[in-house]
Amino acid sequence: MEVIQAFIDQYALLLTRGIWDTIVMTGVSTFFAYVLGIPIGVALVLTSPVGLHPHRIFHEILGWIVNMGRSIPFIILLVLLLPLSRLLVGTAMGVSGAIVPLTIAAAPFVGRLVEQSLSEVKGGLVEAAQSFGASTLQIVLKVFLKEGLPSLVRGVSITFITLFGYVAIAGALTGAGGLGDIAIRYGFQRFQGDVMIVAVAICIVLVQIAQSIGDSLARRIDKRK
Amino acid sequence: MIEIRHLTKVFSGTSEHHALHDVSLTIQDGEIFGIIGASGAGKSTLVRCINLLERPTSGRIIIDGVDVTGFKGRQLHEFRSSIGMIFQDFSLFQQRSVLGNVTFPLELRHDKREHRQARARELLELVGLTDKEKSFPSQLSGGQQQRVAIARALANHPKIMLCDEATSALDTRTAASILGLLKNINKDLGVTMIVITHSLSVAEKVCDKIAVIDEGKIVEQGLTAEVFANPQSPITRELLKNDKLSSVLNGADLDEAAGELSGGGA
Repeated sequence: MEVIQAFIDQYALLLTRGIWDTIVMTGVSTFFAYVLGIPIGVALVLTSPVGLHPHRIFHEILGWIVNMGRSIPFIILLVLLLPLSRLLVGTAMGVSGAIVPLTIAAAPFVGRLVEQSLSEVKGGLVEAAQSFGASTLQIVLKVFLKEGLPSLVRGVSITFITLFGYVAIAGALTGAGGLGDIAIRYGFQRFQGDVMIVAVAICIVLVQIAQSIGDSLARRIDKRK
Repeated sequence: MIEIRHLTKVFSGTSEHHALHDVSLTIQDGEIFGIIGASGAGKSTLVRCINLLERPTSGRIIIDGVDVTGFKGRQLHEFRSSIGMIFQDFSLFQQRSVLGNVTFPLELRHDKREHRQARARELLELVGLTDKEKSFPSQLSGGQQQRVAIARALANHPKIMLCDEATSALDTRTAASILGLLKNINKDLGVTMIVITHSLSVAEKVCDKIAVIDEGKIVEQGLTAEVFANPQSPITRELLKNDKLSSVLNGADLDEAAGELSGGGA
């Protein structure tokens, strides 16, 4: 009992701060990854050979850029993007410094997830909307994004959890903080296994919660049976 | 009046496929016009050319004296919104309520919310689904879904309605009631209807005139009763012979046969 109390006294503040930093970095970069990723996914769907505006060259070039973005290991991307972080948010360090590389790393991945979700929307619905005189923009907003919403929400929880893992790397490498940073600093560098185990346990719980929220939200908004 | 002049549609791909070959038809206002043919005959392509979901390779579509074939952008969207369309698989938006589906065409035109909903409720009453406005398509039967689709197609006060195998996914009784509804809409609202079907009994039940299409060509057209009584082309005779409809022509229950036939799929 006493041991636990002592542990809480000593590390509660550190771990709370870590939870907060992790959630902020993951949440904010997930948000910005979608700001970039939704247009990418929409463009991929619209210009595909079976899309509303087939454009082979554009589609292939964009697909190639997306694949390239996804194939660069995150740890390399992180270092490559240090100058861009400094330019955009004024620093390459800390929580805000980590958000730029996290966003850029996730955007192509999100683009593919969005493409996948929108491809599931039945062609017949797009055609019905066209037959009522919908413009391409209206079809994107009122058919693709609306009908694909449950699937898009599932994608958001996948992205959040994927970025959760990246945040640990970014935190450790650029001193951005977060639970991964704590686990590595205390566990590997100071041999305080207990702190590492608790930090990892909190990570596991947070991921489970993120998945559950995503699943139940997707279920609740889905009006299909 | 809808005038289709020398319409040809070629799908270019690995091999060129002539879906339509020099098709000419004239459809008068207020008619229910059937386009009959086996699957793959080109009837779906033909009707999709009318609202330019499919671009004709050559030929003209002239509606009330206006050549619409070259319409693009805003003009095209406005033209399409003046034509209602219903589909074999209903094509209702699954994430929208019944009311949301019917207001969809009006949303596209930025109509005011109250106006949209008032119009949608009026139409739901017309198709007998007033109590379902808050339901979602997945909670409705096939027949109810097609009624919602009909209400949606009528939202913009169209003068023309295209029906692409509208009863083919429905059972006997339901198909007959949908056909009855379409006929009433034609009579009461004066909407010109183009009905695509592979089922001769559907054509016989609702169409004033029919055109028989085979391999992308119109092989015969005329008043429904005349074509049925005195088919000129071998294709029409074959369709008549093969159709289970023969029993209907001999006086069996029309509704039952209509459904039996349309239950067979496209």
